Amino acid sequence: MAETTHRYRVLIGKPGLDGHDRGAKFIARALRDAGFEVVYTGIRRTPEEIAAAAVQEDVSAVGLSSLSGAHLRLFPAVVDALGKSGAGDIPVLGGGVIPDEDISHLKQAGIVEVFTPGTPVDQIIQAFQQACEAHQGS
Amino acid sequence: MGKNPELQAWEESELRKSLERFPERKENFTNHGGDEVPRVAFPEDIDDDYLENLGFPGKYPYTRGVQPTMYRGRFWTMRQYAGFSNAAESNKRFRYLLDQGTTGLSIAFDLPTQIGYDSDDSMSTGEVGKVGVAIDSLADMEVLFDQIPLDKVSTSMTINSPAAVLLAMYVAVAEKQGVSPGALKGTIQNDVLKEYVARGTYIFPPKQSLRIITNIFQWCSQNIPGFNTISISGYHIREAGSSAAQEVAFTLANAITYVQAALDAGLEIDVFAKRLSFFFNASSDLLEEVAKFRAARRMWARIMKDRFGATNPASQMLRFHTQTAGNTLTAQQIDNNIIRVTIQALSAVLGGTQSLHTNSRDEALSLPTEESVRTALRTQQVIAHESGVANTIDPLAGSYFIEEQTDRIEKEATDLIAKVENAGGVVSCIEEGFIQRQIENAAYEYQKEIESGDRIIVGVNKFQVEEEVKPPVLRVDPIVEKMQVEKLAEVKRNRGNEKVAAALDGLKKAAAGDDNLMPLILEAVKEYATLGEICNVLRTIFGEYKD
Repeated sequence: MAETTHRYRVLIGKPGLDGHDRGAKFIARALRDAGFEVVYTGIRRTPEEIAAAAVQEDVSAVGLSSLSGAHLRLFPAVVDALGKSGAGDIPVLGGGVIPDEDISHLKQAGIVEVFTPGTPVDQIIQAFQQACEAHQGS
Repeated sequence: MGKNPELQAWEESELRKSLERFPERKENFTNHGGDEVPRVAFPEDIDDDYLENLGFPGKYPYTRGVQPTMYRGRFWTMRQYAGFSNAAESNKRFRYLLDQGTTGLSIAFDLPTQIGYDSDDSMSTGEVGKVGVAIDSLADMEVLFDQIPLDKVSTSMTINSPAAVLLAMYVAVAEKQGVSPGALKGTIQNDVLKEYVARGTYIFPPKQSLRIITNIFQWCSQNIPGFNTISISGYHIREAGSSAAQEVAFTLANAITYVQAALDAGLEIDVFAKRLSFFFNASSDLLEEVAKFRAARRMWARIMKDRFGATNPASQMLRFHTQTAGNTLTAQQIDNNIIRVTIQALSAVLGGTQSLHTNSRDEALSLPTEESVRTALRTQQVIAHESGVANTIDPLAGSYFIEEQTDRIEKEATDLIAKVENAGGVVSCIEEGFIQRQIENAAYEYQKEIESGDRIIVGVNKFQVEEEVKPPVLRVDPIVEKMQVEKLAEVKRNRGNEKVAAALDGLKKAAAGDDNLMPLILEAVKEYATLGEICNVLRTIFGEYKD
């Protein structure tokens, strides 16, 4: 798995009521192995709690996971909550059981990358790397 | 050489009694050439080792199955998990499934219902009706079972922390249909311990959850003796990434915890233990899975007999439901999932399951479409009617490999249970994260094998194709949430709010004391107190568990 040169801090969050966090935990650990500092929120967090944690931990990117079909409501809600906390520049990435046709809606709502089942983890790590770099440069 | 006396005793006792009560499906089971298929094959020499470790179907230690005739008497229950959107939509899907030959209902509730929130709660935003049906009050439950005779079907409900509330609603609907509680058949999942480690729909802390669960055991044994009061689940532990042996170990460790809690509350082992049921995962490693089911059965029989002194054979039998492994489904080339599900379902049948849910090919994308659900059900029907594996009992017994794997899983799982107990038991291992870490580590290693290509997933990391046409996905219209909230408001307008308040007050007092909560919950739901109202009362007394 790819190594990062700069040690970025990221937050992995589980918005909503979905308790399936095998994927979120795997991504958190894979990012850690790749050199990121990772904060994992645990399951069943509100968008506001996730945004508050992102601000408090001063992260360079937020990754969201939802497998319950509530992503169209919850992912944009996290983007909004970050904006309201004055942290609208923190990029938000998302993944889970997400039909292809929802991806463009999510991107329009400000989610920078959306990962569906079967995405190789290296691709996800790379996307976090780029999002963090872009955030750093902004 | 004469017939082995133990074999003869089984034939004249367990087998004969079973055949008298339930004749087999056919008079003769024959293969294509007309040769008779034996009911069950035995080694030529039935020695002590065989008797101790395998025995006879329907007899301790139940390695070969819990009934003397198994699927020659009756096929497993084909029970497809379903539910989405609102009660009316789900009712339609249930009636469709019953028309298609499904033989038991299995209700999926949405996440707010599973976590004890009403649809109008801010926590429910975006989740109403998504992964199951939204139930706020008895009014929804009445619609859900409209025209479904509850004395004729058995109903399994995947509900844990608020299981008492949904069970009470079920009993109340039955009463309105004129069905007495004693005639009800079904299962509530009611297994909160695994929610803390794997599935996440907990509400209350472990100790309070165990109190509610033992209340349910006690109330059911007196009022609805035909109901399985719990379905102790390895399924979600496996889905979270555990190995097969860990699945067995953590499930049985949880089961031991429930039994001990019930004994501590003064219940008699042989009164409640026969209504404990189990739920396992069927993954793709066919032979290991068959061994797993057999090992779990033998272990539970030994635990119940030796450790808890249960003497009723029904208390020693591990009866289980199986679902094929959702985590093995791929979003790529979804028809391949039908093949995966077939292999997994076969393992469950070869392993002696009592009921089975087969996943649909499109579930890595969304809830399944009606067409996909039909194919999943047909998979079971082909195994039952065409494959021939249901004509003989425990056909893989005696295979060197299967028996070795059965022994291996029993040993690994027994060692792991001992480890949990030495570390203070399940509750303390959950609180300290020991069990979660074990599962996480296994999941991480497995996924790394996939990422590195050491483990091949067909269509995902090998044999990929470009897929242009996307399969249709089932969507739950966001309007469902709005309609559900409106319906809830209407229920609250039309009920007797003073009676609701009085019922909730009674429940609160009981929760603060030691009384059984079930009668009070039943009273409250009959007054149309909502699920959220009831759970909020309990939250104020019991507190909430935080991850």
